[in-house]
Amino acid sequence: MSTPLLEARSLVKHYGSVEALRGASFQVAAGEVVSLIGDNGAGKSTFIKCLSGAEQPDSGEILLEGKQIQLDSPTTARALGIETVYQDLAVAPDLDPAANLYLGREIRRKGLLGALGMLDKAEMRRRASEEFGRLGVTLQSVDVPIGALSGGQRQSVAVARSVVWASKVVFMDEPTAALGVVQRERVLDVIRKVRDQGIGVVLISHNMPEVLSVSDRVEVLRLGKRVARFKASEASLTDLVGAMTGALVQEDLS
Amino acid sequence: MTTVTDSVAPLEKQSLGRRLAGANTLWIALVLIALIIVFGVIDPSGILNITNLQFLLIETAVLLVLSVGMTFVIITSGIDLSVGSVLVFSGITSALVMNALSGGDSTNAGWGVIIIGGLVALVSGAAWGVLNGLLIARAKIPALIVTLGSFGAALGAGELLTGGSDVRTMPTALARSLGSGTLLGGIPTMVVVAAVVAAIGVWLLSTTRFGRYTYAIGSNEVAAQRTGIGVTRHLVLVYALSGVLAGLAGFMSLAYFTTTTLTSHGTDNLNAIAGVVLGGTSLFGGVGSVIGTVIGVFIPAVLNKGFTIIGVNVFWQPIAVAIVLVAAVWFDQVRRRARNQR
Repeated sequence: MSTPLLEARSLVKHYGSVEALRGASFQVAAGEVVSLIGDNGAGKSTFIKCLSGAEQPDSGEILLEGKQIQLDSPTTARALGIETVYQDLAVAPDLDPAANLYLGREIRRKGLLGALGMLDKAEMRRRASEEFGRLGVTLQSVDVPIGALSGGQRQSVAVARSVVWASKVVFMDEPTAALGVVQRERVLDVIRKVRDQGIGVVLISHNMPEVLSVSDRVEVLRLGKRVARFKASEASLTDLVGAMTGALVQEDLS
Repeated sequence: MTTVTDSVAPLEKQSLGRRLAGANTLWIALVLIALIIVFGVIDPSGILNITNLQFLLIETAVLLVLSVGMTFVIITSGIDLSVGSVLVFSGITSALVMNALSGGDSTNAGWGVIIIGGLVALVSGAAWGVLNGLLIARAKIPALIVTLGSFGAALGAGELLTGGSDVRTMPTALARSLGSGTLLGGIPTMVVVAAVVAAIGVWLLSTTRFGRYTYAIGSNEVAAQRTGIGVTRHLVLVYALSGVLAGLAGFMSLAYFTTTTLTSHGTDNLNAIAGVVLGGTSLFGGVGSVIGTVIGVFIPAVLNKGFTIIGVNVFWQPIAVAIVLVAAVWFDQVRRRARNQR
């Protein structure tokens, strides 16, 4: 493997006396979907928080394209092209899809009106329409509030909002957890399209068949450390479960 | 894996008619028009009479200015109970400063003093607004409690400044111009000021980034925070806006009544909230409009005038407003529930 897009080396994170991460490492390359799996309490959430800037590790290093970076806030991470899709739907349900897509990054009008803070709604709607089309997110209308859409569409918009702005890496914390079968497929399709654009996708999921179907690789966390790495095409459900429970150990646990 | 669909329909705006039909604003506007028609039919010379209409508009102008600020606050899913007291406090500081600048009696004060008085009112209002905003957004104290506190404290502070009695010396020039003057061929100045405030409110809320963030924070504060919106800063600005408008309302009230009206604003907050909610703004945040508020504020006012004109006991007015208000909130609840079930 060439230089990974994003790499974490031996991250350690304590919460008081609790050791959430004990030297966890991780890699994702451009244009691949890597699933991060592990049992409850394995440290997945803490790990993602450290890699998306929401928390800072006590020790260890994070490298983006081979260069060491400091992620002191989610804003810093976003500026570097690292976006996160949160497990709970982090959208504003009363705003329309275009407004949600551009939330916090609004396009203003040109000239004086823009300086006064006026928004270029038509331009945002037009570009949003293009972006949704590119990602295969189908919506009937851009000016219904997101709350009036189905759960799958809502989550597709949430996913789209992150991936549109991500130039490097997208973290997705159980993006399909609350969805039905058809809706889940839609979101997985979006994930594949994002990968095909050369972005590194990190998926956290408890759904093993989903992990095997959408990922290129799988990395397994257990008790705050990475214990195994698989190619999704070569791994079986048994391998994954074995690694998660500790029955199967690949990496040196020294 | 087949994609669900590759043919992407262009995202089109809904037709104007459909959007209007879905909006609470339309229904509440119809209620207002129906009220005016009913009162107009019962007594054709009553509510449609120019003088009555003028009084109706003037008497509602101060409340409308308060309600525009309240609309922004309620859309962020907050509340501002302090507006009536901040109005009184701002009027008092303004009147006291104008008197002090005129050697104790501002009756013959010139425009320089009046303009300073106006600025003092706006700054006094802004100060209370910023205090509210900081306590709510930074100290994370519920808005209901913070503004209930400043509701009491602003009135108390005002009464401390005046020793509990009204200030009654006002510049005559102020009363003649803003208070009882007319502009543009007969429109009362009070009404023009309120209309300008409402127009700026409409523009700010519906077309600018400030308005967009106001909706976003009320709709989902966590999501707004995660997208990098400065939620604390924005909330302070929204409460400051409400405070500034309460200060302006205080100055308008000073000009109209030529006294500081210490005891007459205890229920302004509730009247403003009722107007805002009647106008389709949701108490749960994220939804609302200034145009709706303009309509909503006039419903209690028209009921009041109408009942007086047709000779119904005026005590029916609060009961009628209560029924419309509860019905409006109930519709909002039903709408939300229907949506959240999807």
